[in-house]
Amino acid sequence: MTPLVSIENVDMRYGGPTGTLAVSGLNLKINRGEFVAVVGPSGCGKSTLMKLTTGLHIPQSGAVIVADAKVTKPVSIVGMAFQNPTMLPWRTTLENILLPLEIVERHRHRLRANKAEYVAKAEKLLETVGLKGFGEKFPWQLSGGMQQRANLCRALIHEPELLMLDEPFGALDAFTREELWCVIRDLHAAQGVTIVLVTHDLRESVFLADKVVVMSARPGRVISEHPVPFARPRQLDLLYEQPFNDMVQKLHSEIATARVAA
Amino acid sequence: MTTLDPATPIAAAPRPVFKPNWVRLAPWLYTIGLFVLWEIGVRISGLPHTILPTPTRVFEAIIQYWSPIWKNSVQTLYTTVLGFMIAVVAGLGIGLFIGWSKAIYAGLYPIMVGFNAIPKVALVPILVIWFGIGTVPAVLTAFLISFFPIVVNVATGLATIEPETEDVLRALGAKKLDIMLKVGVPRSMPYFFGSLKVAITLAFVGSVVSETVASNSGLGNMMASAQSNFNVPLVFAGLLMLAVEGIAMYALMAWVEKRMTGWAHRSTMAN
Ligand SMILES: Nc1ncnc2c1ncn2[C@@H]1O[C@H](COP(=O)(O)OP(=O)(O)OP(=O)(O)O)[C@@H](O)[C@H]1O
Ligand SMILES: [Mg+2]
Repeated sequence: MTPLVSIENVDMRYGGPTGTLAVSGLNLKINRGEFVAVVGPSGCGKSTLMKLTTGLHIPQSGAVIVADAKVTKPVSIVGMAFQNPTMLPWRTTLENILLPLEIVERHRHRLRANKAEYVAKAEKLLETVGLKGFGEKFPWQLSGGMQQRANLCRALIHEPELLMLDEPFGALDAFTREELWCVIRDLHAAQGVTIVLVTHDLRESVFLADKVVVMSARPGRVISEHPVPFARPRQLDLLYEQPFNDMVQKLHSEIATARVAA
Repeated sequence: MTTLDPATPIAAAPRPVFKPNWVRLAPWLYTIGLFVLWEIGVRISGLPHTILPTPTRVFEAIIQYWSPIWKNSVQTLYTTVLGFMIAVVAGLGIGLFIGWSKAIYAGLYPIMVGFNAIPKVALVPILVIWFGIGTVPAVLTAFLISFFPIVVNVATGLATIEPETEDVLRALGAKKLDIMLKVGVPRSMPYFFGSLKVAITLAFVGSVVSETVASNSGLGNMMASAQSNFNVPLVFAGLLMLAVEGIAMYALMAWVEKRMTGWAHRSTMAN
């Protein structure tokens, strides 16, 4: 089976030929249904990797192949969520979640006629992330953690094959974060969606991912890939077990070295 | 707000005291105070009516000349509102056009600023050459002077869409038009409605200036001719009418703003 995402020898430079070389010689394969976490020093090109994969940026050299097609424009099989929830304040939470359906080609023409069906789906998603009954509230009536949950729903409403999460839990407290880890874990288990998660939290990466990818300092490339050996379904207890902490430790020292190497 | 448990005894029923809401009354009290001070000041200093009339004298003038004052007030309100409405339509359209792309924004913005730097009074003679004196130049001056803040605000609202919001939508395959309609336009509405308050005030400036120099009607014209007849109380009566019209229109715009974009007052735009 060919991988869902294949990044081959990609160079990406911002701001013209003399601009910042963000990533260089980037190679990465992501299989269908896989959960990949990307970690690395700050500014190493993790967000750039996300934008390359979704087709928001087109690399100057190398190729990005998603679902057997070379990426030349934004690919519409993805859902994205960023650290900043970017909810639109003039729409209710439910309307925010339905927004992708107004845009994705496959859904936009069906939306009006099948509104009830889609609303039911959105409400089910809200329930999954623990926001049952909050659909009618405006985003600014929700806490940061609740907005981030709603943000996840928005990323999932159009049933993307590929979910790209760029530090989605960065601004949350430890408890909310752990709760949302479980939400993501269960979503991944239930829907078989492929997930790429960029994070600074190494425990998060090991707890959630099938494979942790470590990037070098800028210009970023993949320096190592670590399969995560822990069996699924994983419980939060795992966080306090020795093998788990050993792996986190190993990743930590690897990134520390990568930072110094820059 | 809190619901009381019926079992718990209520300490003491609050005595019904008449307690005026000072904050709500304040604007009225201050206005009355201003008039009283004005009245006393003029009386004590003994300034003649031809320099500074007392408010009572001004109100007298309003009653005495009510028919022309009313006619001219309606005329000024008409030219102002007409010019303002053209400015709203044109400003919204041009603002959307300018905000559409970063390149258009960058190219047209300096031109707009340059245009705005021209004192609009200086355009009145040109308008008179083209359209003659009267209602048309007044409407056009009101339009020219008030449309700039609308354009700038709408364009700014569009041009400052958060890149992340744009990325989320583009990744879904959104076209430029989708992003503008779903995010840009609603996002610029608070800016737009906010600018209306500024614009309506400026529209009055434009129409009155034009009426003063190039019209046979309107409050500007009435005040100019009253001034040449040394009828100072009538000049002040005109000023008072302008203030009333200005405050009324401003309040209307503030109300519209609040009605249309309540969400923006409770959330920060950054979210
Ligand atoms: N739009 C842009 N224009 C110019 N340079 C950019 C742009 N976006 C990113 N860069 C540069 O590219 C490099 C990689 O940026 P990127 O955002 O991918 O890093 P990151 O790994 O996501 O960092 P962080 O962990 O802090 O989010 C950085 O050095 C940054 O300065
Ligand atoms: Mg980043």
